[in-house]
Amino acid sequence: MIGIFDFVGAVGLFGLRVIGSVFRIPFELEQIWRHIGEAGVRSLALVLSAGLALGVVMTLHTRGALVMFGATAMIPKLQSLGFFVEIGPLVAALLVAGRVGAGNGAVLADMRATEQIDAIEALSMDSFKFLVVPRVVACVIALPLLTVFMDFCGILGGYLSEYTLSHISLHLYLTRAFQGMQWSNFVPPTLKALVFGFIIGTISCFFGYTTNEGAEGVGRAATSSVVVSSLLIILADVILVKIIFLTFPGSAT
Amino acid sequence: MSSENSVTLHGVSKSFGEKQVLDNVSFSVGRGEAICVLGRSGTGKSVTLKLILALLKPDAGNIRIGDDEITQLEGQELSRVRRRMGFLFQSGALFDSLSLHDNLALPLRRLTKKSKDEIEEIIDRVLGQVELAGDKHKMPRELSGGMQKRAGLARALVFEPETLLVDEPSSGLDRITASEIDDLLLDQKVRRGSAMIIVTHDLHGARRVGDRFAVLDKGRLAGLGRPQDLEKHENETVRRLVGG
Repeated sequence: MIGIFDFVGAVGLFGLRVIGSVFRIPFELEQIWRHIGEAGVRSLALVLSAGLALGVVMTLHTRGALVMFGATAMIPKLQSLGFFVEIGPLVAALLVAGRVGAGNGAVLADMRATEQIDAIEALSMDSFKFLVVPRVVACVIALPLLTVFMDFCGILGGYLSEYTLSHISLHLYLTRAFQGMQWSNFVPPTLKALVFGFIIGTISCFFGYTTNEGAEGVGRAATSSVVVSSLLIILADVILVKIIFLTFPGSAT
Repeated sequence: MSSENSVTLHGVSKSFGEKQVLDNVSFSVGRGEAICVLGRSGTGKSVTLKLILALLKPDAGNIRIGDDEITQLEGQELSRVRRRMGFLFQSGALFDSLSLHDNLALPLRRLTKKSKDEIEEIIDRVLGQVELAGDKHKMPRELSGGMQKRAGLARALVFEPETLLVDEPSSGLDRITASEIDDLLLDQKVRRGSAMIIVTHDLHGARRVGDRFAVLDKGRLAGLGRPQDLEKHENETVRRLVGG
């Protein structure tokens, strides 16, 4: 039990150090840009294909039930709400936790094991600012963007699935999908992705940067990064959904 | 008052958990002097180097770099003092995502206001010193063990440090390549007057480069002095380690 409190305290302090370091010069814009490419651009294909597939599957599942009530016209709306409010942010975050989280954990742990982090310090550079902060900031920036891509791919997948069954036009599908949609259905959940990005970046960098177990620690850091990030994302989702409902009552309907 | 010594350790102790790695260790190294730290594995030799560079904090004692007490420094002040030292890591510790050129350019670009041409000139000069001028666009994985050591030394020299800390310069290298690294260290000591602290198991290299030996045994400084004096030391471990 003490170990868990120790861990929570250490991660909390690590996260606070990240926040405190973001606003100190140098701002590491070059490194942030590079890691946005790593975390964002290179995750794009994964997120787009997952969004498309989930969109198709979700329509296939909901259609059967809605046909019984003669409510097939609701399919586009359900699809868009489902993706914007929950599936997009959550699944994009879990995918990025798997790909980027494992990568961050392994790379930093390897750098620690091969004394590259010590070498950065020995060269009078701030290794935390140089290695950790840009990775976390990149995750925070990239994840909301990836979430938007996943949302629209999910809707596109839903449309393709629906088109093969009912030959609905794209215009009609999109009109129904966005009818009655409010900003509160779109903005807060997408911002939720900011928090998920912070969790992925912080947790993965924590395990990679603080490990001190040599080569064995590399694998352990990668695994722990994915497992703990994924778990925390799901836990944070529960809390954030409640906060969103309290802050934007309209989004609860 | 200005210190005559480049590095001075006084009563330095360090533990990791229950294990006491260094116990009340004191020695100093002057400008243009090379001191070789000898000892069995796990006696705190590499830890000593990391303490000097403030990569680790001692539990007790003082470490002075010139007139600066490095254990008390943080942030910009620590960075300023560290730039007066170069560290050659046992593995070379090159940044594996950067070419050899960029490994050397990175600290110069970030920490100095030198122009691009000046940076290129420094890189060419230090790579020339370690005979890697033709390999600057190679990635670290394309370099042999000896070349990585030399590249690590080149990177340690980019700020023209007053003090060079060297961790196992000959480990994993054949006798000839190890001797080439020793030549480079000797050149630094003689030509630039750098102070050096060299952790090594290689007695042959230590006798070539080192002016004095510091022998660690079970975390304590068991012997300190010229090799020929330590050969007659009362402590058997010291005698065996210096080959007496």
